[in-house]
Amino acid sequence: MFKILEKKNLAPSIKLFVMDAPLVAKKARPGQFVILRIKEGGERIPLTIADYDAEKGTVTVVFQEVGKTTRELGTLKAGDSIQDFVGPLGVPVEFPHHKKVLGVGGGLGVAPLYPKLKMLHEQGVEVVSIIGAKTAEMLIFEDEMKAVSDRLYVCTDDGSKGRHGFVTVVLKELLEQGENFDEIIIIGPPILMKIGAEITRPYGIPTMVSLNPIMVDGTGMCGGCRVSVGGEIKFACVDGPAFDGHKVDFDELMKRLATYRDEEKISLERFHESHECKLTEQIKGADSDAVK
Amino acid sequence: MPLNKSKKKTPMPAQKPEVRRRNFNEVALGYTEEDAVNEAQRCLQCKKPGCVQGCPVQVQIPQFIKRIAERDFDGAIKVIKETNSLPAVCGRVCPQEEQCEQRCVVGKMGDPVGIGRLERFAADWERAKGVQVPELPAKLGRKVAVIGSGPASLTCAGDLAKLGYDVTVFEAFHKPGGVLVYGIPEFRLPKAIVQEEVEFIKKLGVEVKTDMVMGKVLTVDDLFDMGYEAVFIGTGAGLPKFMGIPGENYLGVYSANEFLTRINLMKAYSFPETDTPIKVGKKVAVVGGGNVAMDSARSALRMGADEVHIVYRRSEEEMPARQEEFENAKEEGIIFDFLTNPVRIIGDEKGWVKGMECIRMELGEPDASGRRRPVPVKGSEFTMDVDTVVIAIGTGPNPLLINASKGLELTKHGYIAADENGKTSREGVWAGGDIVTGAATVILAMGAGKKAARSIHEYLQSKR
Ligand SMILES: Cc1cc2nc3c(=O)[nH]c(=O)nc-3n(C[C@H](O)[C@H](O)[C@H](O)COP(=O)(O)OP(=O)(O)OC[C@H]3O[C@@H](n4cnc5c(N)ncnc54)[C@H](O)[C@@H]3O)c2cc1C
Ligand SMILES: Cc1cc2nc3c(=O)[nH]c(=O)nc-3n(C[C@H](O)[C@H](O)[C@H](O)COP(=O)(O)OP(=O)(O)OC[C@H]3O[C@@H](n4cnc5c(N)ncnc54)[C@H](O)[C@@H]3O)c2cc1C
Ligand code: SF4
Ligand code: SF4
Ligand code: FES
Repeated sequence: MFKILEKKNLAPSIKLFVMDAPLVAKKARPGQFVILRIKEGGERIPLTIADYDAEKGTVTVVFQEVGKTTRELGTLKAGDSIQDFVGPLGVPVEFPHHKKVLGVGGGLGVAPLYPKLKMLHEQGVEVVSIIGAKTAEMLIFEDEMKAVSDRLYVCTDDGSKGRHGFVTVVLKELLEQGENFDEIIIIGPPILMKIGAEITRPYGIPTMVSLNPIMVDGTGMCGGCRVSVGGEIKFACVDGPAFDGHKVDFDELMKRLATYRDEEKISLERFHESHECKLTEQIKGADSDAVK
Repeated sequence: MPLNKSKKKTPMPAQKPEVRRRNFNEVALGYTEEDAVNEAQRCLQCKKPGCVQGCPVQVQIPQFIKRIAERDFDGAIKVIKETNSLPAVCGRVCPQEEQCEQRCVVGKMGDPVGIGRLERFAADWERAKGVQVPELPAKLGRKVAVIGSGPASLTCAGDLAKLGYDVTVFEAFHKPGGVLVYGIPEFRLPKAIVQEEVEFIKKLGVEVKTDMVMGKVLTVDDLFDMGYEAVFIGTGAGLPKFMGIPGENYLGVYSANEFLTRINLMKAYSFPETDTPIKVGKKVAVVGGGNVAMDSARSALRMGADEVHIVYRRSEEEMPARQEEFENAKEEGIIFDFLTNPVRIIGDEKGWVKGMECIRMELGEPDASGRRRPVPVKGSEFTMDVDTVVIAIGTGPNPLLINASKGLELTKHGYIAADENGKTSREGVWAGGDIVTGAATVILAMGAGKKAARSIHEYLQSKR
């Protein structure tokens, strides 16, 4: 069992857990992820390692409540434990010779972007970053990103904070102004990574993306996470999840992510029903206490 | 001891095909005591028994069968367990027709003695009354690490624990058992049996740690630093192979590993009680001809498919699957398309599989494996109308641990090179099972675990 040491609500439906996982913390590197399972019968889901502390033995994950498992996870509190927490998985990213890097994070993608930029910053690399969200209240990790960036741009789709518009607009501007980078890292929903990679392509700047296909084991034994990169089949869990964004077939990735759409709906509805039942029971329980 | 001169094996009660094709309960129900005694009496008690030569771990077959005939079931299981620590598993899944039973003299004029069924009977009899934990020697205070928890690892760990070592098993998945839990389906090998085998080695004092992806969370070097004096690697051959034909990434195309893992390990058959889904359509094609293909096809049927095909490029004779499972599959209504090879998978505009184009094959000259090589028949392409494709054409070695381990010599196919005792090129490191031989059988993996345990013991004895 793995204990949740700390829980924070970062934004509506986005939560952060600090987990007690000393072995994972000891080996974790930027770019890696864990697979967790809440309990017996639960699904194995991957989450990026958003931060880690080898000395304290802790690993931080940030997740957005999108379906049954992430919502159930969101109901847990500090002090609760989950059944399985496996990692660190995936290939760590490394940038040995870079001098200047641009990080672009959209929505939840800011969390997986952070450890990479933090490492670059600690290596003395000049870091420029662009982060964005739908609205101001959905923006996460702004302070953390500020701390590791030499320059930070903030955008919101509705203009409630920072620049009005998508992160890709700022990305385009910087490139058009002739600013150069050794590498651009773009992490966010697949559509953002796809558009972002198209923007950087004409400039020939290496562009790293981090892919999120559906996974089961995370160790290379099922092939469910396969993605096409440069016309070759790659297993995102062991060959990635970071890949050359100019070579990824994003359309295929987006299609494959929809494989279980019907089942995900069934799962979520059942979860809501059982939760609403529990809530009404609690309310009823409270009522009967009041009567007494 | 009276002799039963029947030319036929005593039949084993089984679920009827029309019933079992829609449930995950075990197909074969096992012998009663009467059935077992009856079958045991078919054995001639040969002085030079061929059967024993055919068994990779040399179970003393006539001896245990004699005891069953005498109703000394306790004695029977004792004899078996001298050489085979997982008889409830082997009795169910060994390819007996190529091993022990193939060499049985009775088989020359009818059915061979049902050795596997008798072994299963003895093991189940013991399980029903509760397995006794043997008396253990004093602890030696020396640590051995075992990586993986398939049959090779479980056997190695159990044998070393019986010698007094402190053994820790490190398994990547959340549940131990290897292919026995994630691959072979419930209807052939109930998971409760595997669970009991794992509980048994725990009672021997073995510590089983799950969620340990070795090579990532800990390396072989780390294990030595932690005070383990020897390491056994039994990580299996779990890397799925794809065909390399167009369309393999369409939705509804699965590797057999993913298909079976979702169903067996993640219990997708209980969805939405359990959380992991699977999509099994109405018309399923499984590509391949081994046990893995049979298991995938029969699982697809049990998940509700209307029509399931096994598409195999060679003919029935070359098919590597166990005879019994081939017959079970046929009885359940699986359709076999022999001498047929997929050339491309066809998808709809949303990316879902809607068909598979195949080509007919004919058998040409023998290839390196001694089997006649299938060659395509020009112009014989045709399209199968299917909505799910499962690829069961074999597996390779998973490089995850190997890449993180220094000093391990590999074979040219990427498996770990080891001598007949499982010793690798690195001091203190042994390996065995599918990670050395490539995908093979449960009994061979167990045999390898056993030899390695003996060799590790000798090494540690001489070291101090
Ligand atoms: C390497 C990697 C890192 C990730 N990091 C994060 C992270 O840091 N924070 C975060 O919130 N999310 C992350 N994700 C996505 C996260 O795993 C999914 O949101 C989660 O699995 C959804 O599960 P659910 O039951 O709540 O939702 P569901 O209703 O099951 O699914 C919602 C959507 O999530 C995707 N999904 C479903 N099951 C899986 C699965 N087993 N594996 C991957 N994706 C799935 C599908 O696109 C689906 O449409 C990551 C995914 C990958 C592959
Ligand atoms: C579907 C199917 C049906 C089969 N049917 C039969 C049959 O009827 N009869 C028969 O005799 N044989 C059958 N086989 C073959 C048989 O199951 C294998 O030969 C046997 O299980 C090999 O045992 P093993 O101990 O070498 O490895 P496995 O059983 O493969 O176990 C390896 C274990 O190591 C773990 N592991 C891998 N990498 C790591 C790592 N880095 N860190 C930690 N753990 C790791 C895996 O998760 C797994 O649990 C079948 C195989 C399959 C897939
Ligand atoms: S272990 Fe397998 S091969 Fe040996 S006797 Fe038993 S069933 Fe036959
Ligand atoms: S070869 Fe057949 S008849 Fe002879 S001892 Fe073995 S099982 Fe009995
Ligand atoms: S998740 Fe199974 S191979 Fe990547």
